[in-house]
Amino acid sequence: MDNVIRSRTPAARAGRLLLQAVLVVAALWYLLPLAVMVLTSLKPLDEIGAGSLLTLPEHPTLAPWLKAWGSACTGMRCEGVSGYFWNSFAIVIPAVIIATLIGALNGYALTKWRFRGAELLFALMLFGCFIPFQVILLPMAQTLGWLGLSSSRAGLVLVHVVFGIAFTTLFFRNFYVSVPDELVAAAKLDGAGFFRIFWRILLPVSKPIIVVSVIWQFTQIWNDFLFGVAFSGHDTQPVTVALNNLVNTSTGVKEYNVDMAAAMIAALPTLLVYVLAGKYFVRGLTAGSVKG
Amino acid sequence: MSALEIQRVCKDFGSTRVLQDVSLAIDSGEFLILVGPSGCGKSTLMNAIAGLEPVTSGEIHIGGEEITWRTPAERDIAMVFQSYALYPSMTVRGNIAFGLEMRKVPKAEREAAVERVADLLQISHLLERKPSQLSGGQRQRVAMGRALAREPKVYLFDEPLSNLDAKLRVEMRTEIKKLHQRLGTTIVYVTHDQIEAMTLADSIAVMRDGCILQFGTPDEIYNDPVDIFVAGFMGSPSMNFVPAVLEGAPGDYRLRVATPGADDLLLPWPVSRETAALAECRGRTLTLGLRPEHFSEEDARLGEQAEGTPLSATVSVVEPTGADILLRLPLGDGEITARVNPDCRVAAGERLGLRVDMRRAVLFDPDSERRLA
Repeated sequence: MDNVIRSRTPAARAGRLLLQAVLVVAALWYLLPLAVMVLTSLKPLDEIGAGSLLTLPEHPTLAPWLKAWGSACTGMRCEGVSGYFWNSFAIVIPAVIIATLIGALNGYALTKWRFRGAELLFALMLFGCFIPFQVILLPMAQTLGWLGLSSSRAGLVLVHVVFGIAFTTLFFRNFYVSVPDELVAAAKLDGAGFFRIFWRILLPVSKPIIVVSVIWQFTQIWNDFLFGVAFSGHDTQPVTVALNNLVNTSTGVKEYNVDMAAAMIAALPTLLVYVLAGKYFVRGLTAGSVKG
Repeated sequence: MSALEIQRVCKDFGSTRVLQDVSLAIDSGEFLILVGPSGCGKSTLMNAIAGLEPVTSGEIHIGGEEITWRTPAERDIAMVFQSYALYPSMTVRGNIAFGLEMRKVPKAEREAAVERVADLLQISHLLERKPSQLSGGQRQRVAMGRALAREPKVYLFDEPLSNLDAKLRVEMRTEIKKLHQRLGTTIVYVTHDQIEAMTLADSIAVMRDGCILQFGTPDEIYNDPVDIFVAGFMGSPSMNFVPAVLEGAPGDYRLRVATPGADDLLLPWPVSRETAALAECRGRTLTLGLRPEHFSEEDARLGEQAEGTPLSATVSVVEPTGADILLRLPLGDGEITARVNPDCRVAAGERLGLRVDMRRAVLFDPDSERRLA
């Protein structure tokens, strides 16, 4: 039972019905590309040419998925996207953890250990959220070269951490502003220092915003293409770059079913993260706006 | 030796001076209350004692040691906050033991301390709960328990009762007083509630605009206020201020109170309360301070033996509180409040004979607001 009293005149009912119909159509429209992808990825190649985009597969097969995973050609190599898939994880996981931790520390220092110029520093860090990726491609390539991190996973992690800190700092700073200062004062009087207060008092109450930061960072970094294509080597490409190479490799027939399966594989982790933690994501975004 | 001594402390926030040359000292075991309206600097002074904010100049000593520049952790103090500031992720036990844990007290001793204060505050059954599962009063107890577990030299209470409802506040007030009597702890307590100040304190510092206006026992503050602000701030309902012209000569001063629509009232000033300052104020309009309880209903049975100066006025409002009745009466240029017996049968609009006890009255200079006599 929903908790609203609605007008029951025929006109109101008709209007409501129309509204619902529009919404259903819109929802289907948005789901259509996903449906096409899933259907195509399950069809043998000859069926794709024969039927329309939306016909159900006559002989459903997982072969395209297996090929995309293990033997499709991405450029010169024909090992599927699996290696790159793990590459992405090897880049995303450390980058997410490091950026979230640094963001939390920044937010904590900016709100609970205020120093002269803290507000200015925060404003400058916010600026980092609006720097277009393209602008830093060349200087960053140069920097990675100096650091000896060119074409390495560590280099990509560094780039993503640097870019991510602006956002994670923003998240945590705004969250910690709503955590009472007296909590920190009490811990100081109890004898705890900077890091101890962070670990024992602040971090345990930060779950909602940690989830927000992790989902945000995970999605951003996993879906990144530009940094991936610019700063990775052959063996360190993330899955987005591999997907691009797989689709663009033009030897023989265009295997749409393999392309679709590869795209699905590349998109699954972010989807999964949101499904698993989405509840906390919304909770974290609204945390602090209402006093508990 | 004083447990806490504050010497000429000043504190600036930017160009605003929020503490001006504050000095005070209390002995070990004493209960000091800092009281004043919002923004008077009492919480800033508390934070300075705690070490949460550095002072601009001056010195703070605890137990004879100078601690002006020590960190909060190095000062051997504990604080109870208005919002309780319990660590939300820890159980009550964890909250109470945290300070001891940070000070590397062995686990067995920590457990013993937790049991001791839990017993003392009757929160033993709550030890495994999280702060979010506690009521306001229970949180208040846990916050006190956290302070008590460490047994510091000085306890700081920052408006600890202002988040509780009226009934619980009175209960906890009594409990804090009992605790202080039992443990003999040195307490600095900030409040804006003058009743809390009067009931709890051994000594009170009344603050305004970053200055201590008066520092003394509750009795001194209440009966011997140094100026109009202190006199008006302490006491509820607050003191009545009536303009009065000083007449007569030493040994025979009188105060003439002019009330529109009534005869002038002449109140003799008691000889025992005369001060040298009065001689220069003859003929001037001064401010006469009379507390509501300085008035009493004329009792016909006492006749000539009744004490105090008689006066009569038309009652404009009658406010029975149960324990006594508050009357509003025209006197001087406005209305005053008088507190009379609950069995006084008087209705609004009736004329009532009263007596006023001039021996407890106070006189102020209306310009400087300082006390004259």
